[in-house]
Amino acid sequence: MIVKLSGNRDALAGLLFMGLGTFGFAIALGYKFGTTIDMGPGYFPRILSLVLIGFGIVTFARGVRTCVTIEGGWAWLPLLLLSASLVTFGFLLERAGLVPALAALFFISARAGHEFKALEVLVLTAVMSVFAAAVFVWGLKLPYSLFAWNF
Amino acid sequence: MEILDHFALGFGVAMSMQNLAYCFLGVLLGTLIGVLPGVGPLVTISMLLPITFGLPPVSAVIMLSGIYYGAQYGGSTTAILVNLPGETSSAVTCLDGYQMARRGRAGAALAIAALSSFVAGCVGTLLIVALGVPLASWALRFGAEDYFALMVLGLVAASVLSHGDMVKALAMVVVGLLIGLAGTDVNSGVERYTFGLAELADGIGFTVLAVGIFAISEVVLNLEQKETREVFTKTVGGLMPSWHDLKASFLPTLRGTAIGSFFGILPGTGPSISSFSAYMLEKKLAKDPSRFGQGAIEGVAAPEAANNAAAQTAFIPTLTLGIPGSATMALILGALIMNGVQPGPSVMTRNPELFWGVIASMFIGNALLVALNLPLVGLWVRLLSIPYRWLFPAIVMFCALGNYSLNNSAIDVYLCAAIGVLGYVLAKLKCPPAPLVLGYVLGPMMEENLRRALLLSEGDLSMFVRSPISLTFLVISLLLLISMALPAIRRGKARVDQEEAGAI
Repeated sequence: MIVKLSGNRDALAGLLFMGLGTFGFAIALGYKFGTTIDMGPGYFPRILSLVLIGFGIVTFARGVRTCVTIEGGWAWLPLLLLSASLVTFGFLLERAGLVPALAALFFISARAGHEFKALEVLVLTAVMSVFAAAVFVWGLKLPYSLFAWNF
Repeated sequence: MEILDHFALGFGVAMSMQNLAYCFLGVLLGTLIGVLPGVGPLVTISMLLPITFGLPPVSAVIMLSGIYYGAQYGGSTTAILVNLPGETSSAVTCLDGYQMARRGRAGAALAIAALSSFVAGCVGTLLIVALGVPLASWALRFGAEDYFALMVLGLVAASVLSHGDMVKALAMVVVGLLIGLAGTDVNSGVERYTFGLAELADGIGFTVLAVGIFAISEVVLNLEQKETREVFTKTVGGLMPSWHDLKASFLPTLRGTAIGSFFGILPGTGPSISSFSAYMLEKKLAKDPSRFGQGAIEGVAAPEAANNAAAQTAFIPTLTLGIPGSATMALILGALIMNGVQPGPSVMTRNPELFWGVIASMFIGNALLVALNLPLVGLWVRLLSIPYRWLFPAIVMFCALGNYSLNNSAIDVYLCAAIGVLGYVLAKLKCPPAPLVLGYVLGPMMEENLRRALLLSEGDLSMFVRSPISLTFLVISLLLLISMALPAIRRGKARVDQEEAGAI
């Protein structure tokens, strides 16, 4: 029997759980298991990983039986843009300063919306930069420079 | 009277200028996000967690809890005026609240919603005192094995009673437990799941996880939907409810409060289920059920009382046992841990100013909310015209800056992006995120208690059934699991889930 997996909600969830469980177990093999009286660092993680694999198998089996599909499509582009905006922010904050980092964050993340108006985003960036500088740099006294050049 | 001394202490703490300001800020923010659909207390609290790090624990918890119960008030405003629930827990209020507004009785509906919320909030807070004190002194006698069993019960109940598939919820608990283990093992000093990164030696930060799982994935989920928000202008009319309205709402408010208080204490259930059940009960009790959906005032009073009571009593297990029942409570507990307070029954004796200060602030906050909500209602409704495309980049900014600021490390921001991706995938696969966060918060405590219990019993597992307390907890957990395997109960739960989704 060939089951179509792509779009099968529970089967995919089951596979994900099994994957995470296997990953967790494989890494935990490197930690000492210990004994029941004296639990080692590997005791709890290994048991948990096995339990997770078990739940994964049950979920997978259910998915194969019920074949419920995922509601709506995947919004990969917004997800990618939001993650990219976070990563760019982290990268630029230490190197170019707070204001350029925020500008990058706003321009990249705003692309994820249904509408993108450059002028609006510019105003938003300006307002939020002032706000962030006021709250985080002057208010909470965090040691960030507004502009920098440390590449 | 000892209790009066406690209240004096609590109000002394809560009435300080600083804490009053944080309480006000909390309920103000709560109302704000309660009004705005798509921005809920979970997202807001996870966003603001890093900022509370520098505050004293009392102020942090006062503000965060203000956001939580404030959102329940705010959510009803938009439900009544524009048929748009600001929070899922006020979805039921739309049914009759909006109909009242259409008949020109918006003012009365808003006033009744605020008053019944206030009554329920105060009763809920009194219940925290009434149940919390004996519960905590009982829990002080727990041994390690009892604690472990209690955590098992908390996690199992949260998975079984929550909305949706139980197996997936349980799996998410385990994922959360595993994530919670990352970092240096306290006993052996071995670094687990750190992949050689020095930044992970202290584990995956609580805020990193919460922001990634709740805020980032929530924003993406919202962006999937087409934005259909219009600008509304409405006149509210007289805010004074008539004597008849007050009389008609009196008993429904009390019944709603009772239902909400019950569901609030249980793990896994919360404001949404409470307001739904309270509405159903009123409909059953009414002499003329056909009035419901046509602007029946009981249909506003009961669910609003229920969701506020539930929001308050949810604090009972969190503050007295250290066992959170919902994701929001896990965040509050996380804020305590981050600020150096060891949660559990000893909080009340070791940090009395914290416990009683937070309780006192709830009375103040509930009173502030009535004052904030009724006269300013026009302002709140105007907020709805803010488009989501301005809001979500600002949310992302708070997530990024907040996470960076905790350790001044970009790794935390990268990690948050990665967890955001995981959170989104899990959400699409309908794996509930709340159990994961509960597992994460309880993971280290669970391992520690298990280790201690096994050490004391010299590896004898039977001690979990020899201690009557532990045995009781484990038997209840088992019964809950078995009950879900029974087809009749499972079908019943599926039907309730469906009806609830239908009402929303």
